Amino acid sequence: MSRLVPLFAFLLLVALFGFGIWWNTGHDQREVPSPLIGKPAPAYALPHLDDPSRTLAKADMLGKPYLLNVFASWCVACGDEHPVLMAEGRSLGIPLVGYDYKDDPADAKAWLAQHGNPYDLVIADREGRTAIDFGVYGAPESFLIDARGVIRYKRIGPFTPEVIEKELKPRIAALRKEAP
Amino acid sequence: MIPELGQLALVLALLLALAQGVLPILGAWRGNRALMALARPAAAGQAVFVGTAFMLLVWAFLQFDFSVRYVADNSNLALPWYYRIAAVWGAHEGSMLLWVAILDVWTVALIALSRSLPEPFLARVVGVLGLIAAGFLAFILFTSNPFERLLPMPADGGDLNPVLQDPGMTFHPPVIYMGYVGFSVAFAFAIAGLLGGELEQAWVRWSRPWTNVAWGFLSAGIVAGSWWAYAELGWGGWWFWDPVENASFMPWLVGAALVHAQAVTEKRGSLRAWTILLSIFAFSLSLLGTFLVRSGVLTSVHAFASDPRRGLFILCFLAVVVGGSLLLYALRAPKVAGGKPFGAVSRESAVLVGNLMLAVAAAMVLLGTLFPLVGDALDLGKVSVGPPYFGFLFTLLMLPVVVLLPFGPFLRWGGAGDTGLLRSVLLRVAVAAVAGAVVAAFLVGGQPKAIAGTAGAAWVGVGTLLYVYKRWREMPRGRRYPAEMAGMLLAHFGVGVFLVGVLLSESLSVTRDVRMAPGDEQAIGAYRFRFDGVHATRGPNWHAEQGTVTVLKDGRTVAVMHPQKRTYLRGQVQTESAIDPGVTRDLYVALGEPMDAGNLEGAWALRLYEKPFVRWIWAGGLLMMLGGFASAADRRFRARRTAGAAQPEAAPAAAIARESRA
Amino acid sequence: MHAPFRLLACVLLLAAGLAAAQAIDPLPFRDRAEEVRFQNLTRQLRCLVCQNENLADSNADLARDLRHEVFGLMRQGKSDDEIKQYLVDRYSRFVLYDPPLDRGTVLLWFGPALILLAGGAVVWLTIRRRSRAAPAAATAPTDNGDDW
Repeated sequence: MSRLVPLFAFLLLVALFGFGIWWNTGHDQREVPSPLIGKPAPAYALPHLDDPSRTLAKADMLGKPYLLNVFASWCVACGDEHPVLMAEGRSLGIPLVGYDYKDDPADAKAWLAQHGNPYDLVIADREGRTAIDFGVYGAPESFLIDARGVIRYKRIGPFTPEVIEKELKPRIAALRKEAP
Repeated sequence: MIPELGQLALVLALLLALAQGVLPILGAWRGNRALMALARPAAAGQAVFVGTAFMLLVWAFLQFDFSVRYVADNSNLALPWYYRIAAVWGAHEGSMLLWVAILDVWTVALIALSRSLPEPFLARVVGVLGLIAAGFLAFILFTSNPFERLLPMPADGGDLNPVLQDPGMTFHPPVIYMGYVGFSVAFAFAIAGLLGGELEQAWVRWSRPWTNVAWGFLSAGIVAGSWWAYAELGWGGWWFWDPVENASFMPWLVGAALVHAQAVTEKRGSLRAWTILLSIFAFSLSLLGTFLVRSGVLTSVHAFASDPRRGLFILCFLAVVVGGSLLLYALRAPKVAGGKPFGAVSRESAVLVGNLMLAVAAAMVLLGTLFPLVGDALDLGKVSVGPPYFGFLFTLLMLPVVVLLPFGPFLRWGGAGDTGLLRSVLLRVAVAAVAGAVVAAFLVGGQPKAIAGTAGAAWVGVGTLLYVYKRWREMPRGRRYPAEMAGMLLAHFGVGVFLVGVLLSESLSVTRDVRMAPGDEQAIGAYRFRFDGVHATRGPNWHAEQGTVTVLKDGRTVAVMHPQKRTYLRGQVQTESAIDPGVTRDLYVALGEPMDAGNLEGAWALRLYEKPFVRWIWAGGLLMMLGGFASAADRRFRARRTAGAAQPEAAPAAAIARESRA
Repeated sequence: MHAPFRLLACVLLLAAGLAAAQAIDPLPFRDRAEEVRFQNLTRQLRCLVCQNENLADSNADLARDLRHEVFGLMRQGKSDDEIKQYLVDRYSRFVLYDPPLDRGTVLLWFGPALILLAGGAVVWLTIRRRSRAAPAAATAPTDNGDDW
């Protein structure tokens, strides 16, 4: 019987590897789930991209859910995501706030002018300091924040129409229901 | 035309490999000599076709045949010829072809050097190797064909991964594959032994030199990889416990255990089942490494595109080969403990304890490497397992091995032997270790790691030298150090040297990131580093900014160093660190970026290191490699062969007779 | 093999036009002790961009930002544990190369000990069985001094 132990141990390994191959077909290995989900969004106060004298703070957005979309003009994947946001952004029914991450404002403005601006408002984090509080580690990333300022959902990587349909819209609908 | 020929050669090789894998084993089973006799020609033919395919791929690279996708992806018109040859194994498809080619090198060597093996046994061994070759050839043909065409043909290709464009690096893959794949021979011997059921002790003697050589190559390959990481990456580190490194380290650990277990089984008949199991494990872990590296199941910043189809193929292959052999083991491994009895204090016990620690260390590395995957599977969240985990547990597990090491040679087979002798050895190594610790404490102050390293090295080194001295005194000239023993002594001494390197360089290294304008000086230890500015330079397929750093000690120039920041044709940036090597210390400079972007004349960021005794790490590894090679050259492994060559028919009988006498 | 490829993804990222930063990052340390503390700390933290690199060695832009963050926190008088917790709160436990012992990592930390215990028991039994089988005379093997 004890002679079978190595075989059983190996079969466990095979099962684990089989799981690994299957898991990787559905997940991006580099994706690190955020610990902030279900927690209040970090306090922030960042200047508007088009008018640096005005700032947007977390408190300004309380009372309604919104989607915070981290993008940058240097980010290749953001270029892939952009047309999706242009097409679907309005249909979400909640404000879409752009978060320009570690970017030259002039570049960002030119980029938005060229590709179109899907955002209701764009704030700029040039140094990327606030982004650390949000746990941003790449762009694009998006945060769905509810009326009480709690992060309910995070998307790492570009939105696709399927992801918006399957992951984002049901959550927005749920937020609407719980709103008074 | 050429690529199609290459593909044809691979198809023919696959067919021959299947013949080599199936027919001789069938023949050995049915006692059919004609089928058994097919082993050699089938294997030789298979090797010829694989060699042809390999040479054709080399030719495609030399001829810039960009109509071959693999060539177009991994080379370009400006790549020097030697790197175009290295590009053959620079990415997934070609490196798999190299894998099979090296398997054939081992197979052909085995056929050439084992004329005296009993026919059925050789037939089984060659058959098992044929089945492995068939699996890999099928893998290449169905999922990773290096001869795939690219149409339309591009005017120029991509580039060989610039990190591979280094003279040392070009040899790393073939050498490490010699090690990985070399364990296939011990594996085939074990499987053939299980299939045949006879000659249990004999097959171990035959496989020992092969195992030792394979382990020597694996040591060399790991040393080369570690050296490369140190010299090229600019981080001054030499081991990162990356999944890719662990994949090569696990078979090495198990191989080290196997080398010792085989000695016990061959000489005393004990630990037979364990030796078989280790033979299976060593090769299985080599296969597992191939799987881990190419399936993409682990987060490894790795260029091999992870294609689930490839992962699935290797997993199935792994399941069949390893699962099949473990099943065979469960069914046919010797049920009763054979061999001569041994006492609680004996060389057998010492080897057994060492084996246990090495095997547990390999299991620990496997667990740590796979744990992120376990975390996903059990939904424990993303976990990182890194150097602090591996380093801590590995040190704990190797401590008993280091402590026992000096006594192994002094212990007798079967029993303790002269206990007075053991006590005097203990006394002397203890004195040496304490003396080492005191000297180290005196020289470096309160650095526990450095003190432990010196003490451990003295313990192991002096222990080994005591045995050298004992043999010198007691044995007549010419019989003092048979090759096998010399190999053991070299490898054990290598452990001591390695300890010095690891613990002293880890504890005494100084790293500084500094901003330096031309003319600035920075002091590290007794050395003053003066930055003399940066100028542009270029090579065959790159251009670079090259810094000049002059190192002074006591006002005298010790070294003038030229770290570079290279940009290759396709825009890949690669640092070339400058190293001034030395026996007791390396000086090491890496060039960063200009502090004001674009101002090349101004201040730069530089990383400066002083790394005491870092070279001893690789010296220790190379001593272990030499140990593996030397012990394989022992006359005992050859004598039977020459005797057998003279009278091939009598050889098996003679071997059996010798075993029963031993 | 293939330690060589570890860097490639990051090399490519840089080549793809991300703002090139450098792991070689001179910071204004007060003294050598502070520098060593910083080096040891950043070596235990994992970069999220080039995921097989630590913060100390990563070229990624984010790694530089986080290095500066760590440096800032050190200057605020935070302890190593507080700094690690700060990063864990934002980026999850993934950043820790030294996984803390908790329910999820029990198997990781004690698995090797379990294997050692099981293997040790087998070795002990083997040795006991074999030494019982060995009569005392077996300690004097047919040893001609060349029993190698």
